[in-house]
Amino acid sequence: MKVKYFAWVRERVGKAEETIEPPATVRTVEELIAWLSGQSEAYAYAFEKPKVIRTAIDHAHVKSDAAIAGAREIAFFPPMTGG
Amino acid sequence: MTSPVAACPVTIRIQEDDFDIAREIAVLTKSRTDIGAVVSFSGICRADDDSAKVAALTLEHYPGMAEEEIGRHVDEAVSRWPLNGVTVIHRVGRFMPGQNIVLVLTASQHRQAAFQAAEFLMDYLKTNAPFWKKEESEAGTGWVEAQARDDEAAARWTRS
Repeated sequence: MKVKYFAWVRERVGKAEETIEPPATVRTVEELIAWLSGQSEAYAYAFEKPKVIRTAIDHAHVKSDAAIAGAREIAFFPPMTGG
Repeated sequence: MTSPVAACPVTIRIQEDDFDIAREIAVLTKSRTDIGAVVSFSGICRADDDSAKVAALTLEHYPGMAEEEIGRHVDEAVSRWPLNGVTVIHRVGRFMPGQNIVLVLTASQHRQAAFQAAEFLMDYLKTNAPFWKKEESEAGTGWVEAQARDDEAAARWTRS
């Protein structure tokens, strides 16, 4: 699946997007954040406060317990500050 | 007697270029005689952010989702109020104090629906549309933090 990062999450991860293949045991957004956090210090830093991170699956906001099965694109970003 | 449902054209644009409020209102109301009220809200880059003087703001967005998310809130506004037209333009890029950032226009037969829908759209735009502001000021450069008061403003529109 494709993963995108925005604002300070992007800066901390060090890239805007990538394709990842998490193991089948990773089923929810929360589990994906935990799995990514274990990949490197950069991810651990980006996701150090997982409750702050907002997630979208295929362009729609989802909660941390949302299933990731079938997702084409998952995005992680801080609370929004537009307008 | 039943009246035909008034058409409600919707324009949503994300662009780097500035917008011309008068021109956008003219486009929204052209050839229409059913519109009695247009509310216009513009968000402008401000120099003072509580303490530090802001030199510039950079707006980043999530292309694709930003348009879709604004569209979902416009759809909700159209279902809640009798609107005859909606325009939302959000700029991205780097802005100096005094420059336009966002425009919301709502048109209706009467002012109340137009005022409420414009406020509803702005409240949701601030908390739910995927845009992020980075601020350059005397104190340094950093991402703007979301405000609890914006979440509270959006929450008051939630229907139980």
